[in-house]
Amino acid sequence: MNKVFASPEAALEGVLFDGMTIMSGGFGLSGNPESLIPVIRDNGVKNLTVISNNAGADGFGLWMLLKSRQVGKMISSYVGENKLFEQQCMDGELELELNPQGTLAERIRAGGAGIPAFYTKTGVGTVVAEGKPVETFEGEEYVRETWLRSDLSIVRAWRADTAGNLQYRKTARNFNPNMATAGKITVVEVEEIVPEGTMDPDNIHTPGIFVDRVIKATINEKRIENLTTRPREAV
Amino acid sequence: MSWSRDEMAARAAIELSNGDYVNLGIGIPTLVANHLQAGVEVILQSENGLLGIGPFPYEEDVDPDLINAGKQTVTELPSSSFFSSADSFSMIRGGHIDVAVLGAIQVDEKGDLANWTIPGKMLKGMGGAMDLVAGVKRIIVLTDLNAKNGEAKFVSECSMPLTGKNVVDMIVTDKCVFTRPDRQSKFRLIELAPGVTESEIADSVTADYDVALTA
Repeated sequence: MNKVFASPEAALEGVLFDGMTIMSGGFGLSGNPESLIPVIRDNGVKNLTVISNNAGADGFGLWMLLKSRQVGKMISSYVGENKLFEQQCMDGELELELNPQGTLAERIRAGGAGIPAFYTKTGVGTVVAEGKPVETFEGEEYVRETWLRSDLSIVRAWRADTAGNLQYRKTARNFNPNMATAGKITVVEVEEIVPEGTMDPDNIHTPGIFVDRVIKATINEKRIENLTTRPREAV
Repeated sequence: MSWSRDEMAARAAIELSNGDYVNLGIGIPTLVANHLQAGVEVILQSENGLLGIGPFPYEEDVDPDLINAGKQTVTELPSSSFFSSADSFSMIRGGHIDVAVLGAIQVDEKGDLANWTIPGKMLKGMGGAMDLVAGVKRIIVLTDLNAKNGEAKFVSECSMPLTGKNVVDMIVTDKCVFTRPDRQSKFRLIELAPGVTESEIADSVTADYDVALTA
């Protein structure tokens, strides 16, 4: 079965609608679906709920959907270093739901795994637990968190075969494999597409069953947020 | 006199044992990796999905697909592994990480920690901090004893939004070290920086603690 589409535009054809929920992979500026986000911007679809660990940075990633005022709500764990986000939150234009990073990841995993709720120790006794059921297991308190699912998950991987089996590269993996499982439709952009049957079955990170559409990335900017190097030792 | 940032990091590093899996927070905690004791090798975990953080890369080896939780470019080691965010927090929440070293806005005498937001200032988010304090076996806080405005940071009760309740095991500051053997016990003042007096500490905190100086 060939899941490859010709372009980012073709891969998102017919799946975008106002008020929808979109999961977008990435941690910081690493592993972001850079080619698919501009298609959502250009489509003009509005009042989106976007689930993503971060909100992009000036001019990059999800920032462009904030700039075009297409996002009504963000569910994230860390939104620092983004002045536009700050402004829209303070102006009340943008609703923000902050989740602890691990709770966010597990809510997405649960969504993909068909588990509507789970209990975690994270956030007990903090604002995160306010209004949520707390239960004691083996003498310790845990708070109930619920699953997250999306109408569309946009994912960045390194490599796919034509059947949608995926491999990620280094820390660009992050939320991508979890989000791939939790979308009604999952669209993936990759740096390389290889024929079905050429990837080692033991080294597939996301099996193709979770993937609906694949495109070759058209944007590979991979911006670095915090370039840190060490000097070469003198010889 | 007080300890420098590097001296504070070196003091925290003494707490790490060979083979520990360790998560270091952003800022001064990151310096702990530079001060490991002789014969001690630890495995550093980065919550974005890397176990076994290598040194910063040479300029020509920079890879945008290889960053730490502070979004700094790093390198991998031959023993490193990469994994998803959900797997990363299974390590953290599931109690598989031995030690986390984190910064603080406030710590109180019951071991509650506030380190993610100051209401009224920009809301950045808690990132992985709440998961770390909930799941990591031992939490060491690395912080100045007083805030820049002079206010106490080791207090009787945190007034800032909490990251976790009763989660702190040790506090290494620029002036002294507090620790406790378990989370039912009171904190004990065990060390002073050179030239710092017991009464100076007493005047700088509002928390109740015992004194058990070792030197």
